[in-house]
Amino acid sequence: MATTTLSPRTDSYRRSWVLDWLTTVDHKKIGIMYIVNSFLFFFLAGILALVVRSELAVPGLQFLDERTYNEAFTMHGTIMIFLFVVPVLAGFANYIVPLQLGAPDMAFPRINALSFWLLPLGGGLILSGYLFGGAAAEGWTGYAPLSGPNYSSGPGTDLWLIGLMLVGTASILGSINFIATIFKMRAPGMTLFRMPIFVWTVLVTATLILLATPVLTAGLIALFIDRNYGGSFFEPATGGNPILWQHIFWFFGHPEVYIVILPAMGVVSEVIPTFSRKPLFGYRAFVFATISIGLLSFSVWAHHMFTTGVVFLPFFSFMTALIAVPTGVKMFNWIATMFRGSISFTTAMLFAVGFLAMFLIGGISGVMMAEAPIDFHLQDTYFAVAHLHYVFFGGSVMGVFAATYYWFPKMFGRRLNERLGKVHFWLMIIGFNVTFFPMHMLGIQGMPRRIADYSPDAGWTVLNFIATLGAFMIALSILPFLVNIVATFINGERVGDDPWEGNTLEWATSSPPPAYNFDRIPPIRSERPVFDLRHKHDREHLAAEAAMTTVEEQA
Amino acid sequence: MSVEAPAVQTPATPAAAQHRSAGMPTPLLGMLLFIASEVMFFGGLFAAYFNSRAAHQGEWGPPTSAPPLEILPIALPITIILISSSFTMQLAVWAIRRGDQARMRFWIGVTLALGVIFLAGQLYDYSQLGFGIGDGIFGTTFYTLTGFHGAHVFGGAIGLTILLARGMQGQFSQRNHVAVEAISMYWHFVDVVWIALFSTLYFLR
Repeated sequence: MATTTLSPRTDSYRRSWVLDWLTTVDHKKIGIMYIVNSFLFFFLAGILALVVRSELAVPGLQFLDERTYNEAFTMHGTIMIFLFVVPVLAGFANYIVPLQLGAPDMAFPRINALSFWLLPLGGGLILSGYLFGGAAAEGWTGYAPLSGPNYSSGPGTDLWLIGLMLVGTASILGSINFIATIFKMRAPGMTLFRMPIFVWTVLVTATLILLATPVLTAGLIALFIDRNYGGSFFEPATGGNPILWQHIFWFFGHPEVYIVILPAMGVVSEVIPTFSRKPLFGYRAFVFATISIGLLSFSVWAHHMFTTGVVFLPFFSFMTALIAVPTGVKMFNWIATMFRGSISFTTAMLFAVGFLAMFLIGGISGVMMAEAPIDFHLQDTYFAVAHLHYVFFGGSVMGVFAATYYWFPKMFGRRLNERLGKVHFWLMIIGFNVTFFPMHMLGIQGMPRRIADYSPDAGWTVLNFIATLGAFMIALSILPFLVNIVATFINGERVGDDPWEGNTLEWATSSPPPAYNFDRIPPIRSERPVFDLRHKHDREHLAAEAAMTTVEEQA
Repeated sequence: MSVEAPAVQTPATPAAAQHRSAGMPTPLLGMLLFIASEVMFFGGLFAAYFNSRAAHQGEWGPPTSAPPLEILPIALPITIILISSSFTMQLAVWAIRRGDQARMRFWIGVTLALGVIFLAGQLYDYSQLGFGIGDGIFGTTFYTLTGFHGAHVFGGAIGLTILLARGMQGQFSQRNHVAVEAISMYWHFVDVVWIALFSTLYFLR
């Protein structure tokens, strides 16, 4: 045998630690950078949310004027969606997808690094509006003509547009990378229908990003031209049409909702089977439900525009109700997976179950607002704010924390403290409901969103005060999380390569994995190769027993 | 080992048979996906054009102060030039598939020249139109669509320049020329966008 070293260690090209991280093209390091970067933006946008909630706690303007208030909720929304939820899930996908496929890296490692580095650049540009006379203040949806040159002069909105274009480009490049990786980098034996569900959700998500984000880029460019070169796209005085912005924005914006929820559903579909000690119920049904959601998501955008009076209400109402069907299929998948399972309520599992409950509420309020007669009453009220937070926070963010607790041991070889994790979970989910459940009532009582102040006679004071208390409770829940991270790095429990007895390939390599990911890949005969490997001896034992019986029968 | 006379002649098998993983090479898939995203980008701009046009009151076209949009003397000739460049690009691809590096370099050079002539012609056309991006909704959509198409031709020209430089260094061979295939795909795409754009602006009046 030749003594060729098959797996050259990266240690042989050792650079300084900083340069190593700045120049890395390793999907695992890039994934961690994505996640850390996203959490920094999360904390920033969370502070902005506290500012908004503090202002709304009681009637009257206490801390901000209207302009600063508008900037605060605009930056909160933009950062949470474009620089936290989307990239943090992309970060987990970056780390986990190549591992789950048995691949050594992503298909285009250098483009992967570019996708990441565009994010802090774009985010920085969006925030830099604060340094140049005020950030964008039109809400994360940037509706024209409010965002046009006549009502939003100043560079804040232009910086917002350029930043979003860069962040969008990062997403598009990332999605090309994910699709190419999933189609071209699978280990031998990893057929499409043996891929982990998380990979399936990332595949559909990447397709949505690939097809929806460029349309937003076109809209952002059109708005930029209107603002800076005298264009008329959204300017009625010279023949333009402001409703066009809403069409373009929501043609992107509604698939975007599924872009942020599908990978979280994927996370939950990894966590629930692992901690129920059962395979996912209805693997194929889940895959087809995911694909249907992806397809349908392009036909529902105008349900955000019912009150404009220019869209065909029954069609968009019907399609929106229809999209609840595959989502309902998934609910049954998860619940049936847990049914008669041997459930262990680890923190990751708690967040996954929290996802189910909270996302259910968000989904139901979504179908409610899909009905045009209800929507006409609730459009742009706090009911919409409650709904979107039950989807984004109760859905996606719960999924993000489930992923964090689930895959932390894979990334660093140490398990996060379960006791602190449970404190984090309970504070967060109670705080979340205290904050956002009252907003349903506020919306039905007619409180409009995006207002800095309200009358003491409106009867909204008590519920607003409760919501603000809840917001601080959510902020408080972040403390045990941060303490947990720091304490785990210092003195966390080392738990080996496969602490949860996982099913998928990322658990078949060391924790953390080497730069090249796998020395050996176990045979892939099902969607649970690591389960098969763990129970290989059971099977051999059964086979031997069966053989013995046959011999006895023959004798 | 002599490069000129390899001991074993590589049989001219299809590329798929030589790769461990069958099917399309990964970089080509990446380019196709990128083109898919570009289709959606131009789709957004075209949608803006048709939406504005549908909502428009009165005559659709350049402002009355400017001369009407004419297919001659510029628009049609540069269209023919750009369409021809797609054929010359394909000749370059066929040349390198046969392993003919010299002919590949020649046809890439021709394609690049045609692309540059198209861009120059378009800029000259802009100077003669008599209306600007700020002159009403037609001007805005006209310059945005043709401008972004032109920017894509410019991007393609950069790609062709890189191909030419790499071709000069002999980096492509019968087996190894995925970059040529990828850039050619992109170039054809940009050409198809122009055909759609040209038909929309000059025929669908």
